[in-house]
Amino acid sequence: MVQMTYRDALKQALRDAMTEDDSVVVIGEEVGRYGGAYGVTKGLYEEFGAARMIDTPISEPAIIGAAVGAAMSGLRPVAELMYVDFIGMTMDQLGNQAAKIRYMFGGQIGVPMVLRTQGGTGRSAGAQHSQSLEAYVLHTPGLRLVMPATVSDAYHLLRQSLRQPDPVVFIEHKALYTLKEEVDLSAPPPAWGKAAVRRTGDDLVIVTYSRQVHHALKAAEELSKQGLEATVIDLRCLNPLDFDTVRQHVERVGRVMVVSEGVMTAGVGAELSARIHEECFDFLAEPVIRLCGEDIPISVSVDLEANSVPTSQAVQQVAARLLAERSAA
Amino acid sequence: MTAPIETAVADRAARSNTELLPLYRQMRRVRTFEERVGELFVRGQSAGSMLHLSIGEEAAAVGVASLMQEGDTFTTHHRGHGIFLARGADPKRMMAEIGGKEEGYCRGKGGSMHIADMGLGHLGANAIVGGGIPAVVGAGLASKRAGKGAISVAFFGDGAMQQGILYESMNMAALWDLPVVFVCINNQYGMGTRIEQATKGRALHERGLAFGLNAETVDGLDVREVRAAATRVIDAARGGTPGFLAIECYRFYGHARMDKSPYRSAEDEEQGRAKDPVQFARAALIEMGEADSTHLDALDQEIAAEMDATIDFTIAASEPPLNSMFRDVYAPGEPEPEAVAARIDRILARE
Repeated sequence: MVQMTYRDALKQALRDAMTEDDSVVVIGEEVGRYGGAYGVTKGLYEEFGAARMIDTPISEPAIIGAAVGAAMSGLRPVAELMYVDFIGMTMDQLGNQAAKIRYMFGGQIGVPMVLRTQGGTGRSAGAQHSQSLEAYVLHTPGLRLVMPATVSDAYHLLRQSLRQPDPVVFIEHKALYTLKEEVDLSAPPPAWGKAAVRRTGDDLVIVTYSRQVHHALKAAEELSKQGLEATVIDLRCLNPLDFDTVRQHVERVGRVMVVSEGVMTAGVGAELSARIHEECFDFLAEPVIRLCGEDIPISVSVDLEANSVPTSQAVQQVAARLLAERSAA
Repeated sequence: MTAPIETAVADRAARSNTELLPLYRQMRRVRTFEERVGELFVRGQSAGSMLHLSIGEEAAAVGVASLMQEGDTFTTHHRGHGIFLARGADPKRMMAEIGGKEEGYCRGKGGSMHIADMGLGHLGANAIVGGGIPAVVGAGLASKRAGKGAISVAFFGDGAMQQGILYESMNMAALWDLPVVFVCINNQYGMGTRIEQATKGRALHERGLAFGLNAETVDGLDVREVRAAATRVIDAARGGTPGFLAIECYRFYGHARMDKSPYRSAEDEEQGRAKDPVQFARAALIEMGEADSTHLDALDQEIAAEMDATIDFTIAASEPPLNSMFRDVYAPGEPEPEAVAARIDRILARE
């Protein structure tokens, strides 16, 4: 076990994958000499050279498009999109090309690439550098979607993403880069797509992912002081989605909150809520509550930004209200 | 990077040394294949409503494809039948794919606009204008690393000259000295919009030059001239100098099957169709004494029979099984997406 930051765990995953597999190349803006806008790839240019740490012009569509072509030609590219907010620029290459090539071509070939990017609030970065756009990706069949919340998952899920036969969108959270935790780099990786139950309790299930896992766990600790015990499920992967784990706990507990930083309407929370309602209807004591980002753009104002997305206090308060309904009933 | 007029003289000198007959044969095969495509509908097939014919562009397809080698890769636009056929595709499997049949190149899932064959290095036709272009940058990166001299060619139309992704891709190819060639088949029309209505700068190769590519424009009437120009650009690309080639053609028919071209006059069409690369090559063969019309008639009939057979093959081919619908969304061995009906059955049967 070693102490490591989320940022360094990602770098270690890239380093180990590149050492192990010569076909892994990193391609993106500022990934090489600069070391990555958030420092994730710092030092890898010196270790692996310009041919494998490929600095690009500012051309997001062609970065993803080039990665698609490279992945079809025997390389295993990690394309870095500096901010997930730029994904709209790349949506043709991602959604029409990478996602559909295996299917359109009748299974002749896949696109084993990883699109690494980061999203979320927390840096007062404004409406075009703070979004949580995972729903855009989740809405496209053919794309795997990974959103690690812990240092261990940052390492192991990136390693696993680099072993997948299909394109993986790997969204980091910008507020987690400095998170420091213990990680066992040599541990067997978690089963691909399997959710992690971070905490078990019998009163409420909180289904979440990415940074909101930490908010949910903090809220659960506070709730525990009031004698209310929550189960916290960290989905880790949204595609594949481990709904069996969700179902198992929802059926056991009967009260559910879905927490997501993305905007509420037609978001990941909506999808999860719909599935839970459909599949676990008979087990629900209350409607599934969505606690998501407000349906608004993100502001630069620190206060407006912080209040645009769920906080641990909000998770705690909403959970307490949901459980109060139980005692009232 | 020579200007078209200066090179024309050299091209003419090269003509007599070029084997025109095989190029004619390939162009005739492309022409006849395209003429047969519409027959699928006449014979009651309904799959593949999006059909874009490359009639008039045969010299472009054949001139460039005749220089491609094993290991080379390419992507095409939505008007790419001719390129793929000229590169060596089996016309039966092509027609079956266009008709959405299991025996097609993509098992009926891709069709005309998404046909692909990894065996021939066809990384895919594309229904997004410009969408297939950046893939050759990635293929070029892989090829440069492999160091075996393979090139990757992006074929697209004049419509894509107004798409940003082309310029991002040309810039990267030039910046990294990739073995990549960009081939613009300028048929004068992006759907119903004539190139004069789409752009002010119509010396298209100048855009390639601006990015530092080895670029030229060639007329698409004489396949020998196209081939000579393509030779210069492709040879340089194999040596690590990426290139751009614009080939001037005329789209003989409408944008797609149902387009009767109301946006252009009969005179315009007549004038455009006078520039017929297949007829031009045929006349040249006769003029040079390389073949007589009896010989060429026999060849044309042989090709007609070959292409007729693609229709029979497609009519007789099977529909893909319904359960193949969920296959190949993800890799083999991965769970297939659950069908809507299966999910509903599961939910409603939970008692």
